[in-house]
Amino acid sequence: MTPLNVISLMVENKPGVLFNISNNFRRKGFNIHSITAIAGEDEDTTRITITVRGDAHEVTKLVEQIDKMVEVIKVKRLDPLRIVQRDMALVKLSTADPLAQEEALDTINRYKGQILDIKPDTIIAEVTGSVDEVTEFMRDVKHIGIVEAARTGITAIEKGWLTLEGNGL
Amino acid sequence: MTEMTGARAYIKALEREKVTHVFGITGAALIPITDELPNSDIRYVPGVHEQGSAHMADGYARASGRPGVVQATSGPGATNIVTGLATAQLDSSPLVAFTGQVSAGMVGTDAFQEVDIIGVSASITKWNHQVREAGRIPWAVKAAMYIANTGRKGAVLVDLPKNVTTDKAEMVFPDAVEFAGYKPRIEPDPRELDWAAKVLAEAQRPVIMAGGGVIASGAAHELTALAEMLLAPTATSLMGKGAIPSDHPLSLGLCGMHGRTEANMMVPDADVLLVIGSRFSDRTTGALAGFAPEAQIVHVDIDKSEIDKNVSSIIRVWGDARPALKGLIDRVKAIRVAEGRNGDWYRRIGELRREAEPTEDAAISGPAVMRAIRRALPRNAYVTTDVGQHQMWAALHFDVHEPGSFLTSGGLGTMGWGTPAAIGVKAALPDRPVLNISGDGSFAMTENNLAVAVDEDLPITVVVLNNHMLGMVAQWQRLFMGGRYSAVKRNYTLDFTELAKTYGAHGVRAESIRELEDEVRRAASADYTTVIEVPIDPEENVYPMIPPGMGLKDILTDDLP
Repeated sequence: MTPLNVISLMVENKPGVLFNISNNFRRKGFNIHSITAIAGEDEDTTRITITVRGDAHEVTKLVEQIDKMVEVIKVKRLDPLRIVQRDMALVKLSTADPLAQEEALDTINRYKGQILDIKPDTIIAEVTGSVDEVTEFMRDVKHIGIVEAARTGITAIEKGWLTLEGNGL
Repeated sequence: MTEMTGARAYIKALEREKVTHVFGITGAALIPITDELPNSDIRYVPGVHEQGSAHMADGYARASGRPGVVQATSGPGATNIVTGLATAQLDSSPLVAFTGQVSAGMVGTDAFQEVDIIGVSASITKWNHQVREAGRIPWAVKAAMYIANTGRKGAVLVDLPKNVTTDKAEMVFPDAVEFAGYKPRIEPDPRELDWAAKVLAEAQRPVIMAGGGVIASGAAHELTALAEMLLAPTATSLMGKGAIPSDHPLSLGLCGMHGRTEANMMVPDADVLLVIGSRFSDRTTGALAGFAPEAQIVHVDIDKSEIDKNVSSIIRVWGDARPALKGLIDRVKAIRVAEGRNGDWYRRIGELRREAEPTEDAAISGPAVMRAIRRALPRNAYVTTDVGQHQMWAALHFDVHEPGSFLTSGGLGTMGWGTPAAIGVKAALPDRPVLNISGDGSFAMTENNLAVAVDEDLPITVVVLNNHMLGMVAQWQRLFMGGRYSAVKRNYTLDFTELAKTYGAHGVRAESIRELEDEVRRAASADYTTVIEVPIDPEENVYPMIPPGMGLKDILTDDLP
């Protein structure tokens, strides 16, 4: 599998902007792996993190096309070695069996997860970490019985003084 | 601040942008706007099909350098301009489309004549926008004109729900609009120019390749000046034709699939290639392996994403062609251009040109028709083309003396573009003769626009090369499909001269080169529209030709044995 590329965007918070961005991925045949987006406090801009598998050079060319969009204020393909990234999963486990419940609690603990809801026969846990850590957690609890799971996908920022808006100090 | 309807504000905003012509067809969703038109000095040119109106606005834009405006109603009116938008966008022409839309409350209900034109046009516009409040109309008009006509120019669409045009609001007309994410770059980085000038001056075998960006930025004069300083042979892409006068001693003509031998033989041998305002289209480069394999490439483009997109460069100059060329001229002046190098390199142009010397124009042939039209037209005439064999003959053999006076649908290759585009050119430049070089296939697609030329007194001339064939596809079938014709023959009984007369135009058939010249000369000075039909040999091929997938030097110059 080709590596995951992490693309970070600052865009105008307007209808159709996300459509136009994803339309560019579609046109070049890229399948978006994850996308996170939320409007900023000012409601004028939206920060988006997109991950996509593909050749780094091809992804860079795609980023240049997206950069041309009037509503895109800034877009950058992030260097995977110079970012911190987090993925979050909400996982509901089937824990009717007391042994299963104990193992679930142990595993959640090991991954520094939080218990958000506990019922006699289910547990909902929140686990946050790198995309690999979250994937590993999911793998480790699979045999206990995942009733339902939802993941946010990656959000990321650069280390040190590097920022999306500037080129660092 | 004054209170007025959205429709009134729309017309006022167009007037503030100094719009002189609006091309289009009205409809239910446009009635409020249409009602305001007679109160304005803006000339409304009613069309016969919205596609034609969009091409007219495109032709107007290319000839005037100002945005061309097309107006279409909601639903089918909007979808009918899609080809026009894509044509303008691919050729970086500032086309601004305003579409009617059902009232905002009905949007998304599949109301009568509703189509999601914002979604439809997203891939083929530089920017599009649906106005949600009447008070935003002045901003939207200003933004559309600004985005269409700055940076790399392109097509823009603004969708106007009907209620937005009837609602009243306090209107503020902005003098400028700003976008955090849109800062069109004009001035190139001086350090890149320093380096480029040095590399160009030291070149032993320099070649310049000029694209449509040179014409769009009005830099043809600077281009020729730099070519002369460097003694650099200069080729053009299809969109760049006319950037250097065709009869200039350094002009190599068109490069690419149907490029001239001079260009296709010299570009691959360059040691330094300056590519300016051109995007290395597959039709210009041929197979990339054969495209200037040894050259250090200097690429100047206003669109950063074009640099290194198809071909990697060693020097990347991001900026408008005109300041870039001026900067290069200033720098090259101060450097001594490599001495004693250009003799052989320069002499090669003449040698190759003599090899490609045309035969006598006694009989009708594609090239002979182009040279005859050129002889008959005054130097200041504007020429549009349609798409196909005639277009390539024109690109190869029709000499252009004035930059920007040769207009063609290059990127999208839109058959039927030429006739309505010529009408738009005539609207922009009423004192110039305007002639469309067409073929029977292309002309038949939009001939109904003759009605507009006649009724709106925008006289043009159309020369129709008639081989009763979709000639370019037929040529490929002859060359690459074992001569099997399929879907290319046109056995219609349609008589183009009679058709012209039905529209109130003059129609005539030219059976010889002499007759053609006489008819073009007469038509170009006439104040009425003329269609000149020229029967041509359906078996004639356009040469030279680079077979698809081959390199620039793999030139076919004659029919295979």
